[in-house]
Amino acid sequence: MKSLPTSYTRFRKRITILALAAAAACAAVASLCAGSTALPLSQVLAVLSGGGEGTARNIVLYVRLPRTLAALLCGAALAMGGAVIQGVLGNPLAGPNIIGVNAGAGLGAVLCSALLPASLTAVPIAAFAGALGACMLVYALARRTGASRITLVLAGVAISSMLSAGIDALSILFPDAALGANSFLIGRLSGVTLSALAAPAWLTALAGAGALAMSYELDLLSLGDEVAQSLGLSARSVRNILLTLAAVLCGAAVSFAGLVGFVGLLVPHAARFLVGSEHKYLLGASLFLGAALVTVCDLAGRVLFAPFELPVGILLSLMGGPFFLWLLFRQRGGRRP
Amino acid sequence: MMELSHITAGYGGEPVLQDVSLSFPPGQVTVLAGPNGCGKSTLLRVAARLMEPAEGEIRLDGEDAGDLSPKEFARRVALLPQSRATPEIAAGALVLHGRFPYLGYPRRYSTQDRRAARRAMELAGVSGLERAPVSRLSGGQRQKVYLAMAIAQETPVLLLDEPTTFLDIGHQLELASLARTLAREGRAVVMVLHDLNLALTCAHRTAVLRNGRVAGLGTPEEIFQSGVLEEVFGVSVHQVRLGDGAVQYLFTRRNADG
Repeated sequence: MKSLPTSYTRFRKRITILALAAAAACAAVASLCAGSTALPLSQVLAVLSGGGEGTARNIVLYVRLPRTLAALLCGAALAMGGAVIQGVLGNPLAGPNIIGVNAGAGLGAVLCSALLPASLTAVPIAAFAGALGACMLVYALARRTGASRITLVLAGVAISSMLSAGIDALSILFPDAALGANSFLIGRLSGVTLSALAAPAWLTALAGAGALAMSYELDLLSLGDEVAQSLGLSARSVRNILLTLAAVLCGAAVSFAGLVGFVGLLVPHAARFLVGSEHKYLLGASLFLGAALVTVCDLAGRVLFAPFELPVGILLSLMGGPFFLWLLFRQRGGRRP
Repeated sequence: MMELSHITAGYGGEPVLQDVSLSFPPGQVTVLAGPNGCGKSTLLRVAARLMEPAEGEIRLDGEDAGDLSPKEFARRVALLPQSRATPEIAAGALVLHGRFPYLGYPRRYSTQDRRAARRAMELAGVSGLERAPVSRLSGGQRQKVYLAMAIAQETPVLLLDEPTTFLDIGHQLELASLARTLAREGRAVVMVLHDLNLALTCAHRTAVLRNGRVAGLGTPEEIFQSGVLEEVFGVSVHQVRLGDGAVQYLFTRRNADG
């Protein structure tokens, strides 16, 4: 009787994660079918299995498939990156776009496309470097000043705005750069090609697997440095590794999707609500929930106001803003200490 | 047996600890007492290797503690720190984290790990809370769950930094007797305590610190007799013998003349 509930909870968490995976798969299928020209599922499946006729084939293979994959990848990477950052910094307010990680990645990507316009593969690497730089800078600053939660968020906001100013300046100075366009700053998935997704997909897979392998270390780190260290964890080096992985995840997403907001903040919170804060489950749930959410938002942006199209970043911010406010006031409300 | 010798440590600037030598023998409760800012918490942090001393060394059963890997060290020294996060996990899961120094990869708890965690929770008086979320516990229960985590590490040395904060008087006394029980099992228990009466009544040995130096060390009776408490805290100390022979201490403001 006594051991039943624990295994039941574990079972329930696994089922939740499977359900989220199914939701992501459904969103992906819907995203392949719906759009300016609605395609029946049978036709989409025919194209995916190598058949199909001309127009449908072109739409699915060159427009909707890359776009759907981009949405899944972007959501999964940002959500996992956010979950890792929140765990490492022990701070539920530390989303990658709040503390400047996304802005850092954006600056890296824009700088790269301005200076090396020809090189597409360099963009994810530059985005990663920018994300890592911002991550480490915020962490070092907050640590020096006592690393309180408020300090961390404030330092992140300051760094984030400086980096955004850099992005704005670059996009005015290099108006022809591929990523200088306004839509990059909002976050959009239109015009993504499969070749631009290859490198980010690999990076996301590797860093995501790394983060999952270190989920127990994340559990310990979120207890605070002193506790983690007295349990025999080399807190500093583990944290640096994890922040690097988070920067890879965020950088990979930003390199092709632009400055998509709020996924990295919103999804880990929703996932924590669903499966608790044990990172083994939290990371898995974040992965699928993030993928599903971005895919649904992108689909909504394409379909709701057709023939106009709203970039996915706008829809995410519209949803994420109120959620962030709710989060702030719920904490004030005192349910948590 | 943990031995600290000639420890000097600080956070830059004037060192907080100056040339402190202390040993923590097994089977004994050693209490560190002293006014605010005297360095007692810093001493515990150094002993737990959370902080590198500028000078001096730490020996565990004669071995240099600096030679041990973090996990080896965590199998021999456990710490209940003052600042603790409140994770959204079950109390039982938190206590099992105390077994981390014994885990290999992949992280699987053995029956022995589960037994150690269960026993630690019994000792700390929180069995039955295994499945309660840590965030829903009262301050006192949370304190005891964290203590259970440190006990589950099954280390010969147990360092407790102000374990009685958040506890009401009944639980404070319970904790004092738990410290004795843990010492009886052969551990060296070291506590930083703010409550002087508790520091004197539950300790086998009390070390009084002042301005980063050891001002007095001995049994509570010796400390009382030496007059070091009057000198360090600027109060008058009175020993009261209760009907059953137990000793308690009272503190009053010292008269202007003396």
